Amino acid sequence: CNMVRLLEGMVKRSFSTGSVDRPRVRHSDANSEILLTRQHQEFLEDRKRMSKKVQAIYLWWHKPVIDQELLQSLPNLKVIANSGVGMDHLDLKLVASFGVKMANAPRAVSSSTADTGMALLLASARRLVEGYHIAMSSGMEYSEADFLGVEVTGATLGIIGMGSIGYKIALRAKAFEMNILYHNRTRRKEQEEQAVGTTYCEKIDGLLQRADFVMVVVSLTPQTHKLIGKREMELMKPTATLINISRGAVVDQEALVTALQTGVIRAAALDVTHPEPLPRDHTLLKLKNVIITPHLGIKTDKATYMITEEAVENILAALNGLPIPSEVLPS
Amino acid sequence: MEGQDLPYVLIDRIGGKHGVYEDHVEFLEKHFHLITMTEYLENKKFLSKKIRAIYMWYHRPVINEELLQSLPNLKIVASSGVGIDHLDLKLLSSYGVKVSNTPFVVSTDTADLGMALMLASSRRLVEGYQIAVSPDTEYFPADWLGAEVSGATLGIVGMGTIGYKVAERAKAFEMKILYHNRNRRNKEEESAVGAIYCKKIDDLLQQSDFVLLSVNLTPQTHKLIGKRELELMKPTATLINTSRGLVVDQDALVEALQNKVIKAAALDVTYPEPLPRDHPLLKLKNVIITPHIGSATKKTRRLMMENMTESIQAGLAGLPIPNEVLL
Repeated sequence: CNMVRLLEGMVKRSFSTGSVDRPRVRHSDANSEILLTRQHQEFLEDRKRMSKKVQAIYLWWHKPVIDQELLQSLPNLKVIANSGVGMDHLDLKLVASFGVKMANAPRAVSSSTADTGMALLLASARRLVEGYHIAMSSGMEYSEADFLGVEVTGATLGIIGMGSIGYKIALRAKAFEMNILYHNRTRRKEQEEQAVGTTYCEKIDGLLQRADFVMVVVSLTPQTHKLIGKREMELMKPTATLINISRGAVVDQEALVTALQTGVIRAAALDVTHPEPLPRDHTLLKLKNVIITPHLGIKTDKATYMITEEAVENILAALNGLPIPSEVLPS
Repeated sequence: MEGQDLPYVLIDRIGGKHGVYEDHVEFLEKHFHLITMTEYLENKKFLSKKIRAIYMWYHRPVINEELLQSLPNLKIVASSGVGIDHLDLKLLSSYGVKVSNTPFVVSTDTADLGMALMLASSRRLVEGYQIAVSPDTEYFPADWLGAEVSGATLGIVGMGTIGYKVAERAKAFEMKILYHNRNRRNKEEESAVGAIYCKKIDDLLQQSDFVLLSVNLTPQTHKLIGKRELELMKPTATLINTSRGLVVDQDALVEALQNKVIKAAALDVTYPEPLPRDHPLLKLKNVIITPHIGSATKKTRRLMMENMTESIQAGLAGLPIPNEVLL
């Protein structure tokens, strides 16, 4: 599809120049024009002419910011397509009130994000970053016995949030002969559980008490805000590792700092924080038993291309009055 | 049992950088009378006839002809880990000394580390960590990408116990798995992990996104991966080494990385270990090095120690030796 190649080309070009906000030449077919985040400036400069033309918005990395003012100024806006799966940065009700449909890109993200989760789990367990510094540094004196890691094979993994990403993590963890527990709003079907050898924990407490690795893979909603706090961390084993690949706000960050400093849990590996990036004087940046990564999530060539493909599919469906493959409704 | 009745076992030292772990000593001293090299050298006359076994932890103490000549009652050397390239097996055999290693207990940890290195390298985890914690970071660049592991092609060179466990793990990431080995595995083993045999290593090198080395170091595998092999690899490929530094021609690797002949390398092993601090490998941005931590977990190291204890006891009792290394 021409549209996919055009969008992909534009996204790739803006990546290669490394700029975030430089305006780009707009591509269009006969009937619609796609407003890209990087063109926001262009749009602002020529608002009068463009505002009636815009029928779709493609959000890249949460930009442009969708607010009342923007929605009011785009009378013919039909759909907002999000890159990625998280929708917590959007006011779903507000958007819906303007009769605008919304879609995310869930299919493309699950493997890359599951891989990120596993990468963090392994790196933390085997103290990879610390090991790197020892190997690369100049003459660091150390005692081997002080730098041992913990086993991954045969350990217990507790997955909080068993959506498509959580499930892919379970598939990977099974190959490491891990004992897999999960906690989810709803229980999965028996066949799905058996396929990955996982046991349902109706209460999160049961999972927290038994897991060697706790992997948080939920959407951010009012219910999951600070889901993992002081109480939950104290239920965890002191030898356990917390891995967060969902949203920073799902974890009570201050409670996490205390838990890590006082040995309530062994370590944490965070692909997400609140905010991103953290202020440069934040304690989490200084703790030896923490790995932080800059929201690697889906940051691969392949995943970003697939996300763009999914977004284009969603946009074209919406503009043609067809069912939207990954529509997100305000709940 | 009295201390004097326990067999005398020579070790290098306790504690310090690579010594026998302090928290292993209690267990060991239930079965052996441990003699450190320092103690031995101070009292050679008395101790040399008493020592019946050597507990070799992290390749120490170094065993040479001189040592063997001065230990007339030495029956067995128990070596930690699976690699035995640091031992002169012919020499030991000529003195009638048996050898054991710990091949199986290290295999899952080493396979796990191979996967950890592949994921860390591909997703630029170490670089990402540095960005995340750097005092200069103001925002996370949106145009900063890694490469996908899921669905990529993994070429495993050396499909022994460790290589096969890597294949089992990689399969769950929906990777396409190629392997090269002295001997082909049987059909069931191949289909269980979906691994395709490459009789010629060239075929594996040309098709792989990740090349993982898990061979023993032998005269045949010395510099197995050199300039020619690196040039056969894709320019987008990553080399992962969890076997021995000498399996790779390190100078050729440096050149290949500098000239972008391959994309990156992730090495748990080098030659020597550690590398001299001015070595070019330490300066390359597209290299991750870890300090030989393949089997470095508390649980595994403890199991290694227990296995070695068993082997020594069997060797001294004249019984079949678990994990004996035969010439």
